[in-house]
Amino acid sequence: MAPDAVATLPDQAMAPEPWRIHSVRRDVASNEVFSWTLYPEPGVEPGPPPAPGQFNMLYLFGVGEVPISVSAITDDGGIVHTIRAVGSVTRAMQDLEAGAVVGLRGPFGTAWPVEQARGRDLVLVAGGIGLAPLRPVIHAALQRRSEFGRMVVCYGARSPGDMIFRDELDAWEARDDVDLRITVDRGTAAWRGDVGVVTQLVDRGGFDRRNTLAMVCGPEVMMRFTASSLERRGLKPEDIFVSMERNMRCAVGFCGHCQIGSHFVCRDGPVFPYPVMEPAFRVREL
Amino acid sequence: MECGRYPGYYQPGMSLDRAPHLPHYGRVLGLAVPNGSPETQESSVEVIAPQAVDTLIRLLAGDGYEVVGPTRRDGAIVYDRVGGLEDLPVGWTDEQAPGHYRLRERDDDALFGYVVGPHSWKKYLFPPEETLFRLTRQPDGSFVTEPGVSDIPRRAFIGMRACELAAIDVQDRVFLGQAVQDRGYAARRQDLFMVAVSCAEPGGTCFCASMDTGPRARKGFDLALTEVIDATQHFLVAEAGSDAGRAMLDRLEPRPASDAEQAAAERVWAEAPEKMGRQMPADAREVLNRAFEHPRWEETAERCLSCSNCTLVCPTCFCSQVEEVPDLEGQRTERVRRWDSCFNQEHSHLVGGAHRESVAARYRQWITHKLATWHDQFGTSGCVGCGRCITWCPVGIDITEEVTAVRRDPEGRG
Repeated sequence: MAPDAVATLPDQAMAPEPWRIHSVRRDVASNEVFSWTLYPEPGVEPGPPPAPGQFNMLYLFGVGEVPISVSAITDDGGIVHTIRAVGSVTRAMQDLEAGAVVGLRGPFGTAWPVEQARGRDLVLVAGGIGLAPLRPVIHAALQRRSEFGRMVVCYGARSPGDMIFRDELDAWEARDDVDLRITVDRGTAAWRGDVGVVTQLVDRGGFDRRNTLAMVCGPEVMMRFTASSLERRGLKPEDIFVSMERNMRCAVGFCGHCQIGSHFVCRDGPVFPYPVMEPAFRVREL
Repeated sequence: MECGRYPGYYQPGMSLDRAPHLPHYGRVLGLAVPNGSPETQESSVEVIAPQAVDTLIRLLAGDGYEVVGPTRRDGAIVYDRVGGLEDLPVGWTDEQAPGHYRLRERDDDALFGYVVGPHSWKKYLFPPEETLFRLTRQPDGSFVTEPGVSDIPRRAFIGMRACELAAIDVQDRVFLGQAVQDRGYAARRQDLFMVAVSCAEPGGTCFCASMDTGPRARKGFDLALTEVIDATQHFLVAEAGSDAGRAMLDRLEPRPASDAEQAAAERVWAEAPEKMGRQMPADAREVLNRAFEHPRWEETAERCLSCSNCTLVCPTCFCSQVEEVPDLEGQRTERVRRWDSCFNQEHSHLVGGAHRESVAARYRQWITHKLATWHDQFGTSGCVGCGRCITWCPVGIDITEEVTAVRRDPEGRG
């Protein structure tokens, strides 16, 4: 089974184009996670609208470029990216305010199989910042809610203070057609919810094992154990999809950095059917 | 593992020049597509005198080509601009062994009596450093992006070995055969005039015969030469591989070979494969696909310095990084691409550190990519059997020996 088809790229896909930050959202008290809503500058011919799961290369003039998944798209052609400040480029991006111009090229890579999930239960499992690449799937499914079966969203964060998109989590929690389950690694005095690994949320079931599609995004070890849990619940491996992360410089299969065995994450991923990645999960430092 | 492949990308077994979704490929390669296999051509064998190679270089220069060929410098045979026969390493040869390279004088005046040195043609088609884009800050905070590539000379390559023609085919699949093409590579590749030389005396680390890439140049050239030299005769058999090659050969005024000359050339072609210093097991791909957890990689890592020499001399290695090079005032900046290597720790850098932290993991990545996973990605081995990685490894790690060792002991019982 192949992920959803995505639009083909223009011949020239290596040049950053100027996009302006329309608004900045800061999610975590430490400022570590922030989201930009971006619009193309006049004269920029935007690429095809990104499909859920695809990524763009974001560029900061004079600093460098990083691959970042799309976290939402707006109705009027804006693209939202959610970024965690962890490296030299993303730390430099952290302080930018609305009005600043950054570079963008893309979208690249494969998409989550949203269309294949129609008529089936949908299980989305996110760890940490991994909620961002799954967010467009949640938006798309909620927009066409009746086309999908049960919808289970499992989210694991380090602590209550590290949870992102709190307002949206509250809104999903309030719906009776979304089964939102949240756990944290470390609770606080005020935390009344679950504490522990995200796989325990999956183990509770609540979806039809014969007719479910699961999408998992988070640290590699979390995706590996989540996939195992889903298999134990009776899901077929080919009904599980994961999103991989590797060092990337080019996004088009030239630079060689993002290889996992035979696969270029930029070109063959980042979204992979689990059976494709399962052998790689078992080899250390592949 | 087939579900990792999607429409629009190169798939193993696909004929690149007929792939409908790669409209530029055939055009870009137009010059190098042979107009017929030399073996099947009915025309009799043609020969030229050694001095005609000098004429060839001067004619190409006169036609506006920047002519590049082998030349002797710093104790090695390297590729650089050549103006005539006087720049070629006439009368020289090389001794090659794991971690060993020496030039010595021959007792004849052979023009091409050596094999490949530390350079490959990669440095011209995929330069070690290349400015991809120049960007300028605008008053409103935006920026303008301009291409960094300009003034690409038309080049003629003299003395390309069969393994090197195969290496260019491998890099074509990387830079021209995917959904996005590398514009700089395409531009530099497009107008090449390629003069091949079939090796008569393969070197101590050569193993092209076992990779099925040589030693005879069979396709992908404009002109191919085979040098025949002994006590009584010295000439070159010349074969055209394209219309441009045919036209050039005519200007060199070749003459038909005598029966004795033809027999001498055929002896060179027949005997050269027997002179390979090394051999790669034919099942290297299968051997390595089963050996991701083999203990051999830990043993090799004890010798490997992770210096990246093997990847820099390799004619097919294509890894690169892109660096930001801003000016001091912050108004202009450049995106500069440089060769990178999977042996560098930063190559696999991720949040939390290098993904391939151990040298064993990096060596395994290199050898399994080169000989196994490359097939899945580009429909060919990434190794052409040139032997450079063996010769230029400072500790003499031998890719053929590594595969042989794993093959002999697939379970790693020691």
